[in-house]
Amino acid sequence: MRRLVWPAVVLVLLLALNLFFTPSFFSIEVKDGHLYGSLIDILRFGAPLILVSLGMTLVIATGGIDLSVGSVVAISGALACLQISQDASVFTAVTLALGLCLVLGAWNGFLVAGIGIQPIIATLILMVAGRGLAQLITDGQIITVNSPAYKVIGGGYWLTVPFGILIVLGVLAITAFLTRRLALGLLIESVGSNAEASRLAGIRARGIIIMVYAFAALCAGVAGLMISSNVSSADGNNAGLWIELDAILAVVIGGTSLAGGRFSLGGTVLGALIIQTLTTTIYSIGVPPETTLLFKALVVTAVCLVQSPSFRAKVLRGRGRTAPPGPAAEKKVRVSL
Amino acid sequence: MLVLAGLTAMSVAACGSGGSGGSGGSGGGGGGGDAITMGFSQVGAESGWRTANTKSVQDSAKSAGVTLKFSDAQQKQENQIKAIRSYIQQKVDVIAFSPVVESGWDTVLKEAQNAKIPVILTDRAVDSKDTSLYKTFLGSDFIEEGKKAGQWLVEEYKDAKDPVNIVELQGTTGSAPANDRKAGFGEVIAADPKFKIIATQTGDFTRAKGKEVMEAFLKANPDIDVLYAHNDDMGLGAIEAIEGAGKVPGQDIKIITVDAVKDGMQALSDGKINFIVECSPLLGPQLMDLAKQVVKGEQVPPRVVTEETTFTQEQAKQVLSTRQY
Repeated sequence: MRRLVWPAVVLVLLLALNLFFTPSFFSIEVKDGHLYGSLIDILRFGAPLILVSLGMTLVIATGGIDLSVGSVVAISGALACLQISQDASVFTAVTLALGLCLVLGAWNGFLVAGIGIQPIIATLILMVAGRGLAQLITDGQIITVNSPAYKVIGGGYWLTVPFGILIVLGVLAITAFLTRRLALGLLIESVGSNAEASRLAGIRARGIIIMVYAFAALCAGVAGLMISSNVSSADGNNAGLWIELDAILAVVIGGTSLAGGRFSLGGTVLGALIIQTLTTTIYSIGVPPETTLLFKALVVTAVCLVQSPSFRAKVLRGRGRTAPPGPAAEKKVRVSL
Repeated sequence: MLVLAGLTAMSVAACGSGGSGGSGGSGGGGGGGDAITMGFSQVGAESGWRTANTKSVQDSAKSAGVTLKFSDAQQKQENQIKAIRSYIQQKVDVIAFSPVVESGWDTVLKEAQNAKIPVILTDRAVDSKDTSLYKTFLGSDFIEEGKKAGQWLVEEYKDAKDPVNIVELQGTTGSAPANDRKAGFGEVIAADPKFKIIATQTGDFTRAKGKEVMEAFLKANPDIDVLYAHNDDMGLGAIEAIEGAGKVPGQDIKIITVDAVKDGMQALSDGKINFIVECSPLLGPQLMDLAKQVVKGEQVPPRVVTEETTFTQEQAKQVLSTRQY
């Protein structure tokens, strides 16, 4: 838990910065029968990123990486909207979309575990091809749907709470239960530490890997439904664009090692919230669009530095130990750009 | 590359009202002699706008009696260069294309020049210093679009004494339509100090971003009078945010957008948007006229901009059923 302290501090600082510029930032009111406020916005718009990051966390815990989640986001939204625009029921549309996502995820897992392709390459295939598939489904157009039931997924409310937040809580609870109450988490970490040794110890490493990729794609699929439902339209070109990078960043900020072998679900949620808060902050305090990326990069660099024990040891205590800052820190910064 | 694809979906724009060039049909141009063969290299088919653009070129080629050799570059410059080289080998009379990117065209355009085949650029420019490499650039004027948006606003608020608080949703940072639509708009409203842009941020030309940014604007600035969005899609996203905040789009907050795609026109006629500056993809008829002129060896202006229409809510209701894209 102690390693979550620093990301939490950064999150609090970001929120405090907002309070300074927008005094009403923390106020939450009930408007038109639903909660309304900046904090709610952060949770609501952050919901898809949290979901994608949760899936990514488990993939990274096995020592892999999934670059295709952004494309899966686009495919899921595109297929659901296409079905609804052809008068399918929302249930059918959602089932079909998520079913396809599971298949795509299992395909990723098969390439990685079955054939032995490096994860970054295996998922790169779907990252590129999937974007094309999404455009094929939408025929290159933006599909606009008018379905109040579909709208609920990403833009609706249940008992005044945005529905997307509830979905995230549900997925988070199930994932936490499966990985932390049951042995699944241990198995995943074992495979991430050493897949071959795990196999020799009697763990079905191949099945575990295929499962985590399928789970990551399923999470991305739900996120895709949320994103497209929120604006009642599917945009094959832009939906989920670069979300894989934000998700990897969220996972890393949360303290999960890119080398695999250990993971932190709470840290990932915190990381995703930091990224979304950062985005909202940029809009609220009026950072000019030309410097937005630089601003983001600086904040992320600060987060990574403050998380690095050797950096803290050097700067905060003034000791001259010259442990290398570590490749992970550098990677985080790159990812953010 | 994907960014480019997404960006081009919205950013490209060429204007020319559908009817303006139809007169140059084959009868009128008959004096020119034999039928013209045109090689046309399209960027791709990434948006409704682009699809309408392609259809306009194909249809007007047919009605103008121009033999069209069409190729789709699928967002790749190398495909486009290949297509242009093959047109040169086929000895077409004129080559027209919408460049995928701005730079890297000098060599292939030189080849066309050596083969004495005139080149016309459509809806996007190249950054080549040697302007003799192409005859003309047929495309829209984004600055003018921004100005029109500003002029409507000035007219709408001409009697108002109170300051007018404007928020702006910009296109993709650094893209030509975003820069120019911002500049043109800013220039017009700068004349009157009561107009204030209180927040401006990029919405990447997408609905999702438009909604997200507008949500933040609404919370940070309780008093917004006008929204100016650089395209319809961002405006449509923002409308949802405004409705979510319990305000009425089009009344509590007046909305101006650019493009006039179908969903935008629908919102305009529903009263949720107040004014749209059109950016029409239907440049085919004009392209055919220009092609005939350059093949005959007539002088054409190096930059051709056609009149762009604008739509109010009443006008949108009238034309909604006849929109092609």
